[in-house]
Formats: sequence, structure tokens, C-alpha cells
Amino acid sequence: MSEHLTNQIAENWVKPYGDTMNDGRVQLSFTLPVALDENAKEAARQLALEMGLDEPAVVHAEDMGQGFSFYVLYGQCKHRVDLSRIKVAKPEFETLDKEAIDALIADKMGRKMVFLGACIETDAHTVGIDAIMNMKGYNGHKGLESYHEVCAINMGAQVDSEELVARAIEEQADVILVSQVVTQKNIHLDNLTRLSDLLEAEGIRDRVILVVGGPRITHELAKELGYDAGFGTKSYAEDVASFAINEWIKRHAA
Amino acid sequence: MTRLNLDQGQIDRARESARRIAHRVFDEMSQYTTTTVERATLRLMGVDGVDDNQIPLPNRLVAHLQEQKLLPHGAAAVVAGAMEEHGLTAQQVAEAVAAGKLVLAAPKHDKAARKSAEAIAAKTCDHIAAQRSLRAQQIDKVGEARTPWLYLIVATGNIHEDIVQARAAAEQGADIVAVIRSTGQSLLDYVPYGATTEGFGGTYATQENFRLMRAALDEVGAKIGRYIRLTNYCSGLCMPEIAAMGAMERLDMMLNDSMYGIIFRDINMKRTFIDQFFSRMVNAYAGIIINTGEDNYLTTADAFDAAHTVLASQLINEQFAYISGLKPDQMGLGHAFEINPDLENGFLWEVAHAQLVRQVFPEACLKYMPPTKHMTGNIFRGHIQDALFNVVSTLTGQNIHLLGMMTEAIHTPFIQDRFLAIQNAKYVFGTMRDLHDEVEFKAGGRIESRAQQVLAETVGILADIEKIGLPAAIGRGTFADISRTMEGGKGLDGVIAKASDYYNPFPDLMLAGAN
Repeated sequence: MSEHLTNQIAENWVKPYGDTMNDGRVQLSFTLPVALDENAKEAARQLALEMGLDEPAVVHAEDMGQGFSFYVLYGQCKHRVDLSRIKVAKPEFETLDKEAIDALIADKMGRKMVFLGACIETDAHTVGIDAIMNMKGYNGHKGLESYHEVCAINMGAQVDSEELVARAIEEQADVILVSQVVTQKNIHLDNLTRLSDLLEAEGIRDRVILVVGGPRITHELAKELGYDAGFGTKSYAEDVASFAINEWIKRHAA
Repeated sequence: MTRLNLDQGQIDRARESARRIAHRVFDEMSQYTTTTVERATLRLMGVDGVDDNQIPLPNRLVAHLQEQKLLPHGAAAVVAGAMEEHGLTAQQVAEAVAAGKLVLAAPKHDKAARKSAEAIAAKTCDHIAAQRSLRAQQIDKVGEARTPWLYLIVATGNIHEDIVQARAAAEQGADIVAVIRSTGQSLLDYVPYGATTEGFGGTYATQENFRLMRAALDEVGAKIGRYIRLTNYCSGLCMPEIAAMGAMERLDMMLNDSMYGIIFRDINMKRTFIDQFFSRMVNAYAGIIINTGEDNYLTTADAFDAAHTVLASQLINEQFAYISGLKPDQMGLGHAFEINPDLENGFLWEVAHAQLVRQVFPEACLKYMPPTKHMTGNIFRGHIQDALFNVVSTLTGQNIHLLGMMTEAIHTPFIQDRFLAIQNAKYVFGTMRDLHDEVEFKAGGRIESRAQQVLAETVGILADIEKIGLPAAIGRGTFADISRTMEGGKGLDGVIAKASDYYNPFPDLMLAGAN
């Protein structure tokens, strides 16, 4: 075998499977915002063609009233993908589910992990912190209060940084979770810097995992401000908790 | 279906415990009012609108009464006194106070002020009673659906878009339309004003939004020959005000739990207990069916292990409801189909729990919630989970049936998700319509034994709660595994000790007139 060939990764093409290798069979359903008639049905079939399905068949079509109609189709996917060329970038930490996080905390810490959350200074918008901290959570993702191995303390809105730091010492918080939703002239940046400075001054910055969340927060920005992590929108309790326990394990492995 | 053999003595004991638990809380809380109870009172007396900063006038007026140290006497007589003295309407008093043109003082003629407050209150009660009769007439005229009623949700954030979706849902078969509230409204200590077109995960509950949706549903109901019930959320920091608005605009159902806010929103316990009493009193008078939130317990605690906490909470909710004048057919006590699908015989336990609740509350308008916790991205399995839920609902004669969506774990429903959910429920309800008449529970069988076990555990837990009192029980995390304290949570600053001459005209009028 030549040098050239041994270096080449073997191609590994895949496409959907119905009952015969490479038949490409897929199913699909959707709604069209038009009443059902023969033209609408043909439109559904042509849409499937445009999507890259050969021999599409509308196996079910139904009028839904109010000028909508529903379709179920089968077809043969034209496309294929080379598995050998796919490399999925791994995130810095793996987001675990609630049970796995609880198990990991129990296993590695042997006690409850203490999360202290607050909207600091001028911010009265607790939507974000409540979504992460409170039992109910957000969008079907339960909050930290529902985690058996988490002690979640939500101090609520407009908490002074001094008050937060004092409470962190009192509760021996493992994680401080700060939310900043509303800003005016970037006051949120000053607030966040002040908290980080205060923690340094009290000599507990290294003891806590410091996390900030909010719609204007990115991970890069958080790092710049001296935080361990930043979470933007579409982050849930399990993301924050997964990061926190991973970070804790990393620090305690050293 | 023949009934499960349950020990009536146990049911009676549980109910007696719950009655004493609720009355003890009520007696302790009667010495307080809250800022939102007073704002609701003002709304019912005709105060509405906002100032230049979008702050509602009821809030402005109550803040003023607090500054003047008049709130412990109750807002009604003070405002009625000012109306008499200056020849103004309640709205004009609010506007004058907000403009800084009027400073309120204790009424010069207290007796006359009370009398005039009572007359204004009586007029509002007449309006609410008329809305109640109008509902009955409409149902008479256009007809109503058989139970279980199909309950669907709209949540676009824009009331006008909600109306489009609600009409479509009604035409597709929904009997009840619930307008989901914007995330976080429960923690606002005021009610937003006017028609709203922006929200987060839902639409703000405002009086104007209520009015717009009610009109739209009346119209579509007349067209399809079925009265469509409208639901909103009488929960959070403004329960009494939402109740007042809903009563005036003829809502039909309100989510209105005695403990949900405490447990799931960390709202202060005193605040919630006081507010739930007033809001339920208004709902009772307006003929509104309340929905309680026990189903939520099972989204955090395990549905099998915590089944008795649901029944215990329902019994407590029932007693609080009685205190506020609600009748059994206005009690939409909540429970849910949330047992882990991997549990062997889980379906049997779901039947046992649902039938147990049905028998303990034979006249209640039970609310049954679909699976949510164990729904996944596997929509095909999800559709089957929903079908099994539909079976239990029809088999055990539930009343309010929230439709399960196969895409529950993925996104807010697409139009076809709703369409398929209704089709699923109608198929099951139709094909099994009289199944309940044809089958019997095996005496001493698994289902009956499970129901008996849950009932026995309920008697036990209620006896424990009675011993330590409800606040302490909540402190121990009895419900949903969540612990709250009497002095903790949001909204405690709005709890006001009543002065000895506290006056509010509505309890006398409404508690006497609810029927």
C-alpha cells in the first residue's frame, strides 16, 4: 500500500435506512397555511422534492380548518454524509442532567453544594436568577432548588454586593451566582467588577466559583471581568450546575 | 364504573383534619390585609388606569394611603369619604391624589363614608352578578361541551395573535382556552395596563386583554355552537386584583391555589394566605371555577411516592375554598398523570390515583394534567403517553382535561401539535365513551389496594400537619419537597395589620351572595 493511501481516512458515507441499505427512506410531517385541496397536496409533494426527497408521497393530508392543512409524507433522501469527516467540537464541560449532577456532587463532595444567587445592586429583574434557582425553573428545566444535592439560596433582587459577600461567608457558599438583566449606560459592568473586587478584598475569591448570567453576558465577557464563567440566554440550571461541579472537581483535583 | 371500596371514615377524618388546618390559618390571617387586597378593593370601586410613568392608579392610591398611615383602616371608607366630601368619583380621587392635588385623610363622617362605600360595592357586585347570569344565558343559548372539557393553551405574548390562535383552537375542538402569562408576571407587585403585544413566554394578564379575549371567544363560541371558557392566572403577588378584573370581564376559570405561590414562586406565606382568601371570595361570587396546582408537586417530587401529598393538599385547598364561599362545582382540584412510564404497572397506579380523587371529591370539577416530566424528544412515544392519559381521564370521569402535547419537551405547540392532540383525545373519549360503565374494579385488587394505601397515608400526613400547623409543615418541605418559612419570600412588606376599625364592604356582600 502506498504512503499516500495509508494516510487517507477511509470514507464512510451514510444516509437514512428504511428496509434496504441506502434506500434513504424518511418520514416528514408539516402544516401548510392553506385549506386542503388537490393543489395544496401537490404543493406539499413538490416541497418535499425541493427538500431533496426523491419519489415523495403524501400518505396523509387533512384539512385543519381556519385555512390550514396537515400532511404526512414519505420520500427517499438524495443526500449522504461522510461520517469519517465529521468532528464535533467538545464543549469545555459536559452538561449533565439533574440526576447525574446530583450523583456527581454526592460522590465527589460528599455534601450539598451551596449555591448563593442574587440580582445585585440596582437590578430588580429576578426572571433570570429565578429561572436558574427556583424550584419551578424555566422552560421545563427545573431550577437548582429541585436538586437534592444542592442547597440553593436565592437572595432575590437589588442585593448589595456587601450583603452578598457577607452571606457567602456565612453560608460557606461554593458558588455565587449573579444575575444582571437590566442595564443603563453599562452600569452592570461596574456592578459586576465591584463584586469581584469585594470578594478579592475579603480574601474569599479563590474559595468560591463565581458565575454571572444575563442576556448581555457572554463567557468571554465574564472572564474579562474576573468571573469563572458567564451564561447568556438559553442557559438552564443544569448548565450552570454542570459547570460548577466540574470546576469544583478540577480545583480539588489539584 | 363501580367505585373503589374506600373507608368513608378515613375520608371524613382526613377532611376534618384539613378543615381544622385551614381554619387555624384563616383565623390567624384575619387580622391582616395586604396592599393588593386594598388595590383590588379600589379596582372594584372603579379605580383603573395608569399615571405618566405607567404606574397603575390603584398602586398610587394605596401607596398614598400607606404614607398617610390610613391603610390599616382599609382603603374603601377613606376613598368613599373623599368622594363624598369633594363630589368626585373613585377614579377622580385616584387621579387627584396621583397628581398631588389631593391629600387623603380619615373620613369626617365615618359611618356615612362606610355607607357610601357599601353602596358603590353593591353596584359592582350587581355588575359581577349580571356577568354571571350572562354566562349562564350564553351556555343555555349556544350549548356546552361534554366533559372531560378539552383545555388548550395560547402563549404568543401578543393578545391579538393569541386571539387568532384561540379561535383556531376552539374551531378544532378546544372547550377551554387558557392564555399563558408572561414569565415573571407573578412576581410583579402591580397589574400592567391595557392591550399588550409583547411578553416572554406568554401574554400579560391585563383587564383589557381579558376583555378582548372574552369578546373573541364569545364570537367563535356562537359560531361553533359551544360556549368556550376563558382561563387566566389568579396567582402571584396580585391574586386579588386579577380576581377582581376577571370577575368584571367574565372569565370562567382562574388558576388559584392557596399554596402554589408560596411553594413554587417563593412568595411570602402570610401574603399568599391573605390574598388567596380575598381572591377566592371574588372568584366564588363571580361563578368562576378555580384550578388548584397540586399537579405541580409531581413535577418535582415523585408521582408515586408523593401521591398522598396531592390528596392532602387538595383537601386543604377544598377547605380554604369553602371558607371563601366556593361551591364544590367551582373547585378544579388539580392532579396529574406523571408516574414514570418505566414503572411496571404505572398505568394501574394512575387509574388508582385518579379514581381516588374522583371519589373523595365527587362533586368537584377536577382538573387533570397530562404528562410533562417524563416527556422526551421521542414524540412518537409521547403521543402514546398522552393517549394513555386520555384513557385514564375518560375512565375516571375527570372534568377539566389539559391536552397533552407530544412536543411537550421540545417547543411551545405548533399548530399541528395541537391538532393532533385534540384528535388523540377525541378518539379516545369517543371510542371509550361508556367504558367506565362496563368495567368494575376487582375487590381487593391492585388498583383498589393502591388507592386505599394513598388514602391511609393522606390521613396520616394531615394528622401530622394538624399537629404542627400548616406553616410549619410547609417549612418542613411537606409539599413538592420545598421548604418555606413564615417570614421568608417576596411580598411580606405588603402585609398590613388591620386597625380595630378596619373596613371593607366586599366580604359581607360577596360571601352572602355567592350561590
